[in-house]
Amino acid sequence: MARPPRDAHAFPIESIVTDNSILQKGADAVARATPDGVARRVRGLSDRAVAWIFIAPTIILLLAINIFPLIWTIQLSLTNYRANRPNAEVRDVGFRNYERILGNEDIWFSMQTTASFVVLTIAIQTILGFTLAYLIDRKFRGHAFWTTIILIPMMLSPAVVGNFWRFLYQPQIGLFNYVVSFFTGAEPSSFTMLGDVDLAMWAIVIVDTWMWTPYTMLICLAGLRSIPDYIYEAAEVDRASAWRRFWSITLPMALPFVMLAVLFRGIENFKMFDMVNLLTGGGPGSITEVASITLKRQAFEAWRTGYSSAFAIILFVTVFGLGSIYVKALNRVKQR
Amino acid sequence: MSAKRTNAAYSVVEPTTTSKRVAGTLVVLYAIVTMIPLLWIFATGWKSPPDSISYPPKILFEPTAEGHCNLFTTRTRQTDEFIESLGPPRGMCDRITRERNMVIAGESNYFPRFVNSLIIAFGSTFFAVLLGTISAYAFSRFKVPLADDLLFFILSTRMMPPIAVAIPIYLMYREVGLSDTRLGMILLYTAVNVSLAVWLLKGFIDEIPREYEEAAMVDGYTRLQAFWKVVLPQASTGIAATAIFCLIFAWNEYAFAVLLTSGTAQTAPPFIPTIIGEGGMDWPAVGAGTTIFLVPILVFTILLRKHLLRGITFGAVRK
Repeated sequence: MARPPRDAHAFPIESIVTDNSILQKGADAVARATPDGVARRVRGLSDRAVAWIFIAPTIILLLAINIFPLIWTIQLSLTNYRANRPNAEVRDVGFRNYERILGNEDIWFSMQTTASFVVLTIAIQTILGFTLAYLIDRKFRGHAFWTTIILIPMMLSPAVVGNFWRFLYQPQIGLFNYVVSFFTGAEPSSFTMLGDVDLAMWAIVIVDTWMWTPYTMLICLAGLRSIPDYIYEAAEVDRASAWRRFWSITLPMALPFVMLAVLFRGIENFKMFDMVNLLTGGGPGSITEVASITLKRQAFEAWRTGYSSAFAIILFVTVFGLGSIYVKALNRVKQR
Repeated sequence: MSAKRTNAAYSVVEPTTTSKRVAGTLVVLYAIVTMIPLLWIFATGWKSPPDSISYPPKILFEPTAEGHCNLFTTRTRQTDEFIESLGPPRGMCDRITRERNMVIAGESNYFPRFVNSLIIAFGSTFFAVLLGTISAYAFSRFKVPLADDLLFFILSTRMMPPIAVAIPIYLMYREVGLSDTRLGMILLYTAVNVSLAVWLLKGFIDEIPREYEEAAMVDGYTRLQAFWKVVLPQASTGIAATAIFCLIFAWNEYAFAVLLTSGTAQTAPPFIPTIIGEGGMDWPAVGAGTTIFLVPILVFTILLRKHLLRGITFGAVRK
C-alpha cells in the first residue's frame, strides 16, 4: 500500500483506503446479517467466472449476428434459393453456384474493376498522404490546426457526402466542372464525370481520395514521429545527404506504418459500397461496378440469393486470404 | 561549431525556416481545397433553388431559408385564388412557400429519419461500449483460454463486406420480425461496433496498472467492486473516445441501412439522397439536410483529435 502513485494524474490510492474502511464496515455488517452461503456467493465470484461472464455476451452477440449468418450463407450458397419466392421449392445444387461464378465473365470484370479501384486509390492516397505527413512534420506554425482541418472529410458519412458530390459533378451547373473549365478552358458542359465511360471511375477515385487521404496521412505522420531524433543526428555526423537520409532512415523506419495504412485502406476499399452506389450505382453500364455493387444487384435486385451467397463467400475468402498474407509480410517488415 | 549548434537553423532535426514556409503553404493550400466541397454544401443549404443551379456557380448570393423550409415540409402546388383564401401566412416558411405558389401540406420525413439516426446510433453505441468494456477488461486482466484466437475472431468479423452479411441478416430478420425495426438496427450496429470497442478498450485498460485493483482487492474489494470503482474511473477517457468512434460509425453507416430498412427504422443517410423537389433534386434542401447531419460529426472530430489515430487503426497505433 506504501507504493506512491506513478504520476500526478494517477489514481489517489489514499482515497481508496479511506473509502474502503467505511465500505468494509458496511460489508461486515451485511455479512453478519446474511447466512453463510449467500455471503460467500456475494464475495466469492472467482476470477474465472468473472472472465466468462464478461466475455460471453460479446461472443454470443457475434455468434448470432456474424457467425450464424455466415454459416447460413454457406448453406444458402449450395442451393438455388430465392429470397423473393419463399415458398418455391429449394433444391440442393452442390457447388454449381461457385462454378457459375468463377466461369462468369461479368463477375471477373467486376473483380478487375474492384482490383483496379483498390490499387489506384491506395497508390494515390499513400503517396499524397505520405507527402502531406512529411510536410506537416516540418512543424510550421499552426500545423496542429491545419491538420485537424485536413482530417475532417474522413470522419463524415461517405454516403451523405458522396451524394453531394453528385451535385458538384453536374455538367454545366456543377462546381467541379466549372473549376476544371476555369483552369483548362474546356467547355463545362462538354464532359460528364459520372456519365462518361472513361471518366466515371476517376470521378469515384477523386471523391475517395478527397475523403481518405487524411487517413493515410495521419498514420504516416505517426510513423514519421516515431523515428527518434538521435538517428538523424548520427546520420548528420556521418555527413549523409538529405536525400540519403530520406531513403535510408525516414522511409524504411516509417514503412511499417505506411503498410498498416495500406492494409486498412485496402480492406475498406475492397468492401467499398456506399460511395459508388450513390455516385454512379455501378454505371454507366457496369463500368464502375465494384464487387459489392455486383453483389447487391444479384442479391437484392435479381434476388438470386443462393448465387449471390456463393459470391459473398468467395469475396470473404478473398479479403481474408489477402489480408492474412499481407499481415505476414507486415510482421516481417516490422521485425527487420 | 558551438555557435552552429545553438542556432536552430543548423540542427538536423529542426527544419529550416524556408522548408517550414514551403511546407506550411502547401499544407494550407491542400486544406483549403479539401474544405471547398464542404463549404459548398453549407452554402447551397442557404441558396434559393434557382441560385443553386445557376451558371456560372454563384459564390455570392442572397441567403434564404427556403432550403431548410423545403427540407422539413412537403408542399403542394395551388392556384392563386386558393392561396389568397388562406389568409395571412403563418411563419416564415409559410410565406416563402406561398411565394412559389405552393402551400405546406405537412411535415417531411427528415425529422423522423434524423430521430431514428439518433436512437439507433446512441442505442448501439451504449451496448457496444458496455459489452466492449467488460470483454476488454476480461481479455486484459485474466488468462482467457485461446485469448488471441478469440480477439482475432472478434476483429475478423469486421472484414466481411457489409452486403455479404446483409443477405443472411435480411432473411434472419424477416423470420424473427426484426426487419425495418430500430431494435434490429441497434443489434446489428452493436455487433459491428463491438469489435472496435473491444480492441480499443483493451488497449486503454492495458495501460491502467494492475496494482491499483490489486491494492483495492487486498483492502477487501471484490473483483467486481474493484472493476467498478477503480478501473472504470481510470478508463473513462478511453471509454469516451471509444464511444464517440462507435457513435460516428453508426451515425454514418449506409450499406446496412439502405438494404435492411425502408420506412419506420430508416436512418438519415439512406434518406438524404432521396430528397427531391419538383423536377429533380432539391439541392438547397439536400445541402441543408447534409449540413445538419454533418455538424455533430464535426464537433466530435474536434473533440476526438487526440485519440483519432488510435481509433482509426483499431488501437494498433498509439501515439
